[in-house]
Amino acid sequence: MSSSTDASSTSTASRYSWGGDEHLVVQVSEEMSLEANFSVMAVTDVLRQRHLDGVMDICPANASFLIRFDPDVLAPADLEAAVRAAEAEVAHAPSLTLETRVVEVPVWYADPYTTETGARFRDRHQRPEGTDLEFAAAENALSSVQEFIDRHSGAPWITSMVGFVAGLPFMFQMVPRERQLEVPKYLRPRTDTPPLTVGHGGCFACIYSVRGAGGYQMFGVTPGPIFDPAQMQPDFADFMVFFRPGDIVKFRPIDETEYRRIRDEVSAGRFRFRQRPFRFSLDEFHADPDAYNRTVLEVLNGD
Amino acid sequence: MAIEIVAPGLGCTVQDQGRLGHYDVGIPPSGALDLFSALAANLLVGNDDGAAVLEAAYMGPQLRFTAPAVVAVTGATMPVTVGGQARPQWESFDVAAGDLLEFGFLQQGARIYIAVAGGIDVPAVLGSRSTYALGGFGGFAGRPVQAGDVLEVGEGTGRAGLRVPGHLRPALEREQELRTVLGLYDYRLTDRGLAALLETTWTLTPVADRIGFRYSGGELEWRPRDQPFGAGSDPSNIVDAGYPLGSIQVPGGVEPIILHRDAVSGGGYAMVGTVVSADLDTVAQSSPGTRTRFRPVSLAEALEARADRRRRVEELRAALG
Repeated sequence: MSSSTDASSTSTASRYSWGGDEHLVVQVSEEMSLEANFSVMAVTDVLRQRHLDGVMDICPANASFLIRFDPDVLAPADLEAAVRAAEAEVAHAPSLTLETRVVEVPVWYADPYTTETGARFRDRHQRPEGTDLEFAAAENALSSVQEFIDRHSGAPWITSMVGFVAGLPFMFQMVPRERQLEVPKYLRPRTDTPPLTVGHGGCFACIYSVRGAGGYQMFGVTPGPIFDPAQMQPDFADFMVFFRPGDIVKFRPIDETEYRRIRDEVSAGRFRFRQRPFRFSLDEFHADPDAYNRTVLEVLNGD
Repeated sequence: MAIEIVAPGLGCTVQDQGRLGHYDVGIPPSGALDLFSALAANLLVGNDDGAAVLEAAYMGPQLRFTAPAVVAVTGATMPVTVGGQARPQWESFDVAAGDLLEFGFLQQGARIYIAVAGGIDVPAVLGSRSTYALGGFGGFAGRPVQAGDVLEVGEGTGRAGLRVPGHLRPALEREQELRTVLGLYDYRLTDRGLAALLETTWTLTPVADRIGFRYSGGELEWRPRDQPFGAGSDPSNIVDAGYPLGSIQVPGGVEPIILHRDAVSGGGYAMVGTVVSADLDTVAQSSPGTRTRFRPVSLAEALEARADRRRRVEELRAALG
């Protein structure tokens, strides 16, 4: 195996490459798509179930995955063989489903925190006048910020990767490509982003888990913590990170009153995201994305 | 037994050998950047490999001991004093109750490691006592130590007078050659771009911390392309992917960054290779201005380097055993 294997092929075969002596990186696709991400999830799931000695981390990403391993325990060639076998198994599976959950994330769009932060870093932005939401609406040829918010919160998103910093979800909207919302990142990254900012860069939404630097456009804030190292909220009883790759996310616009009410619940240590188990089928999604997304919402809102 | 932080030095954190198994949700391994020096410090004072030590960059802390202790300082070359009297590095020594441990100016390298017999006793989080400051957890209160902090120390069994032989100590050079496995997204570089990566002598900038080390000195040329959907508009952009520890990314084609043990776990910049694990200790001991070249090696050579390092660790254990 070498990094230069068939460098011209981008769509069919995955590209395998060693990241030093402790990592294998597999690029499933150079471009983002639900199919590529689903394949990543399925292959990494199979590998996780193998419980290979010497594998330290299996990290699914948007259209690729990374495995950190100890080559003193698991020879690189054996790891590569196991990964290729897992890829083949997934490729030959008749129909793929993913055991996951649907989560509702309340968002106060156009909130004062991200608006103020955006105003402070206008010199790093493509559009010095206006807000990030106004820029995003214009970039997507939408007539108003409200129309952008409707699109952003209308169809669900799939958590295609968790990382960058602890617990930060990257999300990809479950709509055909021609309806994807695309917004470039800031020209130069900000040095500050409010915690729990709902951001957007390229075709990805994200939620900033901690305060810090960032280059994604800022659309609003969620009141619900997604990273809780002290494990104060019920959603974090088992682990300090809320999001897992594969989680399906529905954004729900809220106003200031509801934001404050949820923050009070958080202060009292009793906030939980609305969430339901869900089995995601890529085939059923492709058969009729809009109908499928309605099913997702019925599962979320059913009791 | 406890240690009072009288002055914190720079970026002084509690670290052990790191935290495994949570990189998939963006929690990096953390742990001592120079794992070899941290291990040596632990072995000198009779600790287990995994005991927590203090790491400080460029400037040492001032520490007051509440009870007698056995201490060792390894890593960067920096004068050590106890109550104003010089003490050796790479050698265990006694401190008495009330003693003040202090450091002079950095002479070579970048990071010192201070081990105390019994280990720094902070709560383990996800299986490790290492500080992950970006996430605000681990170590002491999830942050670098501050003046007035009091760190508890466990029960120790160490003794003074153990010494790491000179040939096992790191070289701490200002000119470094880092063995690098090319690959990942290096196909995005033109031949000239790849040549520039390998032929440039890069200089470490002041932007060098536990997350990553940024270098200046050249510019890499990317192959032009219509960017794939979701990748972003700059030719150095990719659809956000996982970042190996030690991987080299080159945002915009200038200023390569080597990610270290508090790495951001992924992002949208093309990586062009990965520094072998055996050389990450060397990166940890580079200070701004260090001149660095990337030397391409095969995976087989990277594994040989790893085996060499393991033999060095075994020699260290034998010497201190």
